[in-house]
Amino acid sequence: MDAGLLAQYVMNGLMLGMMYALVAVGFTLFFGVLDIIKFSHGDVLTVGAFTALATYVGLRSAGVGSSPVILLIMLVVAIFAMAALGMLIARALVLPLRSAPALNTLLITLMLGTVLRESVRLFYPQGANPKPFPALLPSVSVNFGNFNLRLDNALMLTAGMLVIVGLQLLLNRTKLGLAIRAVAQDEETARTMGVNFTAIVLITFAIGSGLAAFAGIMNGLYYNEINFGMGLYLGVIGFAAAIIGGLGSIYGAILGGFLFAALQTIGTVALPFASAYKDVFAFAVVIIFMAWRPTGLIQEKISERV
Amino acid sequence: MMKSGVAAMSALAALWLTAAPVEAKDKVKVGFIGPLTGGVSVNGLGGRNSADLAVKLRNADAKAKYEYELVVLDDACTPNVAVQVATKMSADKEIIAAATHYCSSTAIATVDVYHKFGLPVVVWGAVLPDITYRNKYAEIHRVNGTMINQNDANAELISKIGYKTVAVIHDTTDYGKGHNQYFSAALAKLGGKIVGTFGVTADQQDFTAELTQIKSLNPEVIYFGGLTPIGVRIRSQMDKLGIKAVFDGTSGIVSDAFIQGLGPLAEGVLAFREGAPTEKLPGGKFFMDNYTAQKYDNPPEAYGAFAYAAMALILDSIEKVGPDRKKVIDEMAKVKDRDSIVGKITFDDHGQNTVPVITKYVIQDGKFVEWDDSEYASGKRKLPGQK
Repeated sequence: MDAGLLAQYVMNGLMLGMMYALVAVGFTLFFGVLDIIKFSHGDVLTVGAFTALATYVGLRSAGVGSSPVILLIMLVVAIFAMAALGMLIARALVLPLRSAPALNTLLITLMLGTVLRESVRLFYPQGANPKPFPALLPSVSVNFGNFNLRLDNALMLTAGMLVIVGLQLLLNRTKLGLAIRAVAQDEETARTMGVNFTAIVLITFAIGSGLAAFAGIMNGLYYNEINFGMGLYLGVIGFAAAIIGGLGSIYGAILGGFLFAALQTIGTVALPFASAYKDVFAFAVVIIFMAWRPTGLIQEKISERV
Repeated sequence: MMKSGVAAMSALAALWLTAAPVEAKDKVKVGFIGPLTGGVSVNGLGGRNSADLAVKLRNADAKAKYEYELVVLDDACTPNVAVQVATKMSADKEIIAAATHYCSSTAIATVDVYHKFGLPVVVWGAVLPDITYRNKYAEIHRVNGTMINQNDANAELISKIGYKTVAVIHDTTDYGKGHNQYFSAALAKLGGKIVGTFGVTADQQDFTAELTQIKSLNPEVIYFGGLTPIGVRIRSQMDKLGIKAVFDGTSGIVSDAFIQGLGPLAEGVLAFREGAPTEKLPGGKFFMDNYTAQKYDNPPEAYGAFAYAAMALILDSIEKVGPDRKKVIDEMAKVKDRDSIVGKITFDDHGQNTVPVITKYVIQDGKFVEWDDSEYASGKRKLPGQK
């Protein structure tokens, strides 16, 4: 295989991995603070992408012509709207079920995911059809043999990395991050130390859901197409990535996301059988990983659970 | 009570006898099954109206030997419902023959029922080859084409344009796999070369890995056997990777959603469909004029003319041999070069019409344009690599 082609596969894999990682980080955040699996996460991503698309349509009809301005407003609107939706979900569905078995939360968010998905399908104009998503980043590209490096892809990768670094700084360098980590480690002690538990949970859900909106817009910009079912698949993969990485660990989620993308790419390219089996291959490897490291590649630092 | 009941009955009978015209024709029942509810009900209702039109026109014809009554049942495009209604229709011995099914899944599920009960049927919309070709049932016929015909036409067109190398992407449902199989066979016969075949799942989002591999194989054409949603994704991701090959689709992408999902990228995409726009059919004008005159609530849709042709064929056969299922089956086996509004009909030994109409499309300026009428065929515009 020539170098250009290899570089192209690596680039494809990195883009895919970045989106998976952003979704996986959300799963891991929610699990960290509340020990719950929120299955509607992928569908929040869908709603975020559609919110951004609706904002775009609105701005265009209002006569705003500059792409960077439009993109910025789309990002702000979608991220804040999804942050609010995430807080609402936490407040109305997740927190009231605190004392119920974790399975109930899993089920209720699974059902919420269906409600969100079907609502997009039914209430967005012609929501059942795939929607074109505008290409708002410069589409300049350079060809190195078989490798087609696009500026928009490079920008998205950089933006994704900045978001992850920013999140890392937020969690490790700020008082808010300290509070989130405190709640994640030990809820009761955190409460006695004066941490407002409910507020921290809501903020964590807001951050995770905002990330989902970001990933949704990135998905739209990358593929130039969004559809009501996109979040379901991304949610399952994001969840699997968070699990192989180690639920509760941010680094684990990122590692898991890129690992899963690498597995899918290898499944298509390097294996002798038909590409239709790439997901079979990738998920089979996930199963093997889980048997090998049941708590994930990077374990939560404190896994004391009485 | 009992006595008065009997008296009323006999009075009614007497009334009916006297009311009946002297030269009353015998009543004969014929059936229609299609999806009248659910997501594809517009097609089912269009087919129902068209079959109804065929019956009405026949009843208005003074030369007809019988008076026909249409029995309509709904298969909801769901196989288990279809088996129930097919059994109900077949078990009613007064029903001599029927025009059945728009959906492939329901048509294939019911062929055994019709065979068991010996009810002659003419399929009016479903395209899966297996419906006629899996078994050799004398009862089953079909007036519309199959995906075999569609893929023959497809391979023929791209060979004619001069393309030699093709990469195939298909979804892994029966629909996509069938398209792959028949297209690959048709292309091989014409000397074309398949450089790679990629099966993908029907809800896949990312095709960059497959497409990067295809890019290195450098085909002139990418054939896609599948439906609109992933068709849109593949076409737009081809562009992202800088692949210039022609996108060659099937009937699965012939929908406005495909063009809306892609915008300008849809330009120059090829697609094929069984049947033809109704107004282009040999008897299209006759059919549309009569259909409009009846003031039905729904348009006939793409397959209405086939439902009409199927029903007209059934009525012709009954007129000729009388209302007897066995004789109708024998008569249908002899159908050859029969004129109909969808063109000539010839059934092969499997009851499949062998001269079906296939429409070739190319997307030009955001519309599905018939290939022969397009600026690509006239040479005014060129597809990538077209000579």
